[in-house]
Amino acid sequence: MRSDLDLELVALTKRYGTTVAVDAIQHLFHAGSYACLLGPSGCGKSSTLRMIAGHEEVSDGAIVLAGHDIAHLPPAKRGTAMMFQNYALFPHLSVIDNVAFSLKMKGVERAERRRRAGELLDLVHMTDFAERLPAQLSGGQQQRVALARALITDPQVLLLDEPLSALDPFLRVRMRSELKKLQRELGITFIHVTHGQDEALALADEIVVMNNARIEQAGPAREVFNAPRTEFVARFMGGHNVIALPKGHFAIRSDQVTVTLPDQGKLEGRVTGLEYQGASVALTLMTAGDQEITAVIPEDRYFAKPIQPGDGVGLSWDDTNLHALTA
Amino acid sequence: MATPLKNRHLAGWLLASPMAFVLLCFLVLPIVMIVVVSFWGATEFSIYPAFQFDNYEFLLTSPVTYSVFLNTFKYALVTWAFTLVIGFTVAYFLAFHVRSLTWQVALFLLCTIPFWTSNIIRMISWIPFLGRNGLANSTLISWGVIDEPLDWLLFSDFSVILAFVHLYTLFMVVPIFNTMMRIDKSLIEAAYDAGATGFQTLTNVIIPLTKPGIMIGSIFVVTLVMGDFITVRFMSGSQSANVGRLISNDIGLLQYPSAAATAVILLITVLIVIATLLRFVDIRKEL
Repeated sequence: MRSDLDLELVALTKRYGTTVAVDAIQHLFHAGSYACLLGPSGCGKSSTLRMIAGHEEVSDGAIVLAGHDIAHLPPAKRGTAMMFQNYALFPHLSVIDNVAFSLKMKGVERAERRRRAGELLDLVHMTDFAERLPAQLSGGQQQRVALARALITDPQVLLLDEPLSALDPFLRVRMRSELKKLQRELGITFIHVTHGQDEALALADEIVVMNNARIEQAGPAREVFNAPRTEFVARFMGGHNVIALPKGHFAIRSDQVTVTLPDQGKLEGRVTGLEYQGASVALTLMTAGDQEITAVIPEDRYFAKPIQPGDGVGLSWDDTNLHALTA
Repeated sequence: MATPLKNRHLAGWLLASPMAFVLLCFLVLPIVMIVVVSFWGATEFSIYPAFQFDNYEFLLTSPVTYSVFLNTFKYALVTWAFTLVIGFTVAYFLAFHVRSLTWQVALFLLCTIPFWTSNIIRMISWIPFLGRNGLANSTLISWGVIDEPLDWLLFSDFSVILAFVHLYTLFMVVPIFNTMMRIDKSLIEAAYDAGATGFQTLTNVIIPLTKPGIMIGSIFVVTLVMGDFITVRFMSGSQSANVGRLISNDIGLLQYPSAAATAVILLITVLIVIATLLRFVDIRKEL
């Protein structure tokens, strides 16, 4: 289902000299969705985001937003806004002046722009800090200010460059639920770059996995996690085993592998490692063909019939849970 | 654990003492000496210890003093304005237009090459260039821009300020460049993202963030120009005076008490100027 405000990347390419950072990628971001660009560092996800934002020149291809090619417009004319990785708040301006900055640049009168900035600060619950300087705020507070500053331009697409990476783990979990809530309230498209699959799974309506300047797989979070199409995606998303079987390579979730008696499984193996994880127990197994497989077993089932490292076991699974991998 | 210096305070004092000793011997004592001598008396052929205000009285009632101080301020102000504009531009170019660090360092070192020769030589080399029959005049005449040689090129306020700007611009470039290099480049992108034009970014982001560097450079230039006497002497052909020359003349005539009194007044003036500058910008975070 397409809408007027969709963002589409058409054969978008970024070259630095002879290296290709983004290789003719093609993707449609649906309006009002929360999309995560996920991938290891150097995969081209940040370059893609910066091209959409207008901070990186497009080598080839088009970026279409609301029916117009915005690939060569200045950032402020695109209908996008960017939230920078380290927030990039102006250290010499108070919180409210930071938020009002773009209105000041447009020549909006002082009282009006402060009123508008006040509304945005209210949205991110930072009204009490309006007169502080960024250096006097915590990381999470700075992030809210950066968010308010990006949103004051009424963007159709908000671009977030690893927004949570500067926060401590506890705050990260809290801020990500706030981001998600805000996105739902505002109803605009969020494109969020991250290298953390847990972050992507928690936030995204749609995950776009990138590797080596290309999109490996894109789709709803559940689909990408449950049905990885390539070995890279299966390994990067985690929680999967990649098994070589006579018919080819397959991915299967670790918690869908069951352990049986040695002669009753589809594969035979030996336990090499054992890790207690609270709700479950992760067994590392080595099969006959020297393949390492992880089986995650619910805690109660494991302790009903404990297995020790060195024991021989059989491995079994439901064939419908196997996903054929193309590469 | 036993340490040879159990008292942390003692260790601190000991570590600070060499520098304190140097400053005491070569800064504090001489200034005290100057202040003391400024109250002494002098005849044509002798000076004698005393505590009298004659030197100050003479200094503060003489119209020459005021015109010379005014001239000194004029030099300082004009030189400051030129070095600021040139220094800021050079630093801006180095910090924001030159992309690679290698080139930044290379070009920055290039700026310091003139400092491989002495001040005086750099100054004197202007004289054959600017003189009545110098390179500048003869070139302009051969181009047909002027018919007569320009007299104001040398031994004028123009040549004095030209030399000052030439000598001291680097003192503006270095601190401004240093401050600019600390500006997070993503702030410039953030400004651009918010729709700021290049000029708006300059006035709303770069200049406010560069203020401490500008202030440090200003202090350098203002104190150097206000304390200078040799540049004014050479480049004005002894036709202009500033406070430094007043002091040097007194010393030439062995009028040490009078020279000391002038020096004290100059010191106070410069300190007031710096105190005023520091009121505008907090440079402590830069140090």
